[in-house]
Amino acid sequence: MKKNIAVKVDDLTVAYNYKPVLWDIDLEIPEGVLMAIVGPNGAGKSTLIKSILGILKPIAGSVSIYGKSYEKQRSLVAYVPQKGSVDWDFPTTALDVVMMGTYGSLGWIKRPRQKEKKQALEALEKVGMLPFKGRQISQLSGGQQQRIFLARALVQNASIYFMDEPFQGVDATTEIAIINILKELRKAGKTVIVVHHDLQTVPEYFDWVTFLNVKKIATGPVKDIFNDDNLTKTYGINYKVSIQE
Amino acid sequence: MSSAQIEIQLIASLVAIACAIPGTFLVLRKMAMISDAISHSILPGIVIGFFITHDLNSPVLIVLAALTGIITVILVEWIQKTGLVKEDTAIGLVFPALFSIGVILIAKNANDVHLDVDAVLLGELAFAPFDRLLIAGTDVGPKSMWVVGSILLVTISLLIAFFKELKVSTFDAGLSASLGFSPVVIHYGLMTVSSVTTVGAFDAVGAILVVALMIAPAASAYLLTTDLKKMLILAVSFGVFSAISGYWFAHWLDASISGSITTMLGLLFLMVYLFAPTKGLIAVVYREKQQRTEVSLLTFLLHLKNHNEEEERHVNHLREHINWQKVRAKTVLELALKNNMIVIDESIVSLTKKGDAFTSKAIDYIITNEDSQIEDMKDDFFLFRG
Repeated sequence: MKKNIAVKVDDLTVAYNYKPVLWDIDLEIPEGVLMAIVGPNGAGKSTLIKSILGILKPIAGSVSIYGKSYEKQRSLVAYVPQKGSVDWDFPTTALDVVMMGTYGSLGWIKRPRQKEKKQALEALEKVGMLPFKGRQISQLSGGQQQRIFLARALVQNASIYFMDEPFQGVDATTEIAIINILKELRKAGKTVIVVHHDLQTVPEYFDWVTFLNVKKIATGPVKDIFNDDNLTKTYGINYKVSIQE
Repeated sequence: MSSAQIEIQLIASLVAIACAIPGTFLVLRKMAMISDAISHSILPGIVIGFFITHDLNSPVLIVLAALTGIITVILVEWIQKTGLVKEDTAIGLVFPALFSIGVILIAKNANDVHLDVDAVLLGELAFAPFDRLLIAGTDVGPKSMWVVGSILLVTISLLIAFFKELKVSTFDAGLSASLGFSPVVIHYGLMTVSSVTTVGAFDAVGAILVVALMIAPAASAYLLTTDLKKMLILAVSFGVFSAISGYWFAHWLDASISGSITTMLGLLFLMVYLFAPTKGLIAVVYREKQQRTEVSLLTFLLHLKNHNEEEERHVNHLREHINWQKVRAKTVLELALKNNMIVIDESIVSLTKKGDAFTSKAIDYIITNEDSQIEDMKDDFFLFRG
């Protein structure tokens, strides 16, 4: 059975100041996978996500979401940026941040109303953050902030979720809570793409993986391609990872 | 109060409100310096517009000056993008260059007209009521009141229409872009409003006070609230307060109105900086002192928990073994006693049941760093609030 392709990247090259950080990437992400993007620092993992989402403009290549351009498919996609990319001292509450997830479906000018608020509260409930809805966001721990970000993506009710290092700086409980939600999303037929750092947990958390280091090294099912050979090719050193059975 | 006095206060208040709104977003975007750059570099735009129209309140001036404001922002970003210098350096390069063009243009050509560098830098609010707007021969009030009022009306309409877009793009530009609210469009929208407001306010209060009116009320409000709407309302109120109190301060001193308003803004910020309930200097110092005491208390309780032998739990031992000052030891002992965490029996300190439970819980928290376990402790102790 051939699966639908959720995200297709063709010959994508992205450069900062004429120095390519992603070089001629071809990538097909099948619908319904929970995929990790792994690679060393500076490999272009975040850049790849940002280029797919149209936040960065590539110098060559194209991206399609279910066969159409991102601009046409915006409502199908949710994005969780790196936690460090925002100012947590911003004067706003947890609930308000989650409400921002509804802005996309509202479009310009229209304001969120009761319906949107209800959706946001449900998402907060799902990530176990309902008791903190009124709290100013700087008063939340790192793990709680990450959950807020996740709730904001859930409220978008998308088909494809892009997450940039959702496990960075979170405690063990939050990590488990987050991965459980991601697995639930996959069960519901959603496609989830995660920039991931902890190689040890790849086989446990994900069923699909992409190795990236400026160029694409490999992409496919974890059980087929998550091996020392690809890790060595990606990280440049003789890499051995003990895969737990 | 004469009608001129009322008009001056009204103009000053309108300017203050018009500045506080974009100012709030500039402060949150950490772009306060950009307003300084804009306020100076719009000078050539104003001068050229003035040469064309010979009218300081002409819309042509506003359009040209706003255009120079936008050019400033583009130039700063362009220099920054080369990666050779940082943003503050780029700002420092661009606005003096543009401002100097304006200064030279004034010196070369405007000797015989009413436009001098002093007026540009400091403004002259006191003269604002003399320049009247006549519609079909009827006096409808000072011209600058109508100019600033119109700008304010547009600013408020834009704020109401695009509040959500401004909020999301200021907080998280990445998300904003992925949702389809181009941060670039919103950025330049805000820059345009800031430029236009600066031009409108410029004539009344001058280039330096415009910056103060944009940044000081917003910065003060930022220290007082954790809600964007409240921050806007507070910033606007602070602006109006400073405008009116500044006017009367100037009246009393018989000094420059714009200088007095700026002084009030400075004083206001100083007060907020010192006395703000959570972010103010005094609150922070107090909290740090509390935290030190609480850490000492925990250390002390832990020590009791770890030692059963009596000589380790003698009151005097605190000073000898944990090496604390007398005063601190006394504070900690009293705090522990007050909270029923210890009992002192013939100078031997023992943990109570409550003290024992508290210590275990606190240690658990420090080790596992799990928030859920200490939610109920947060009210009692500063230590766990951060």
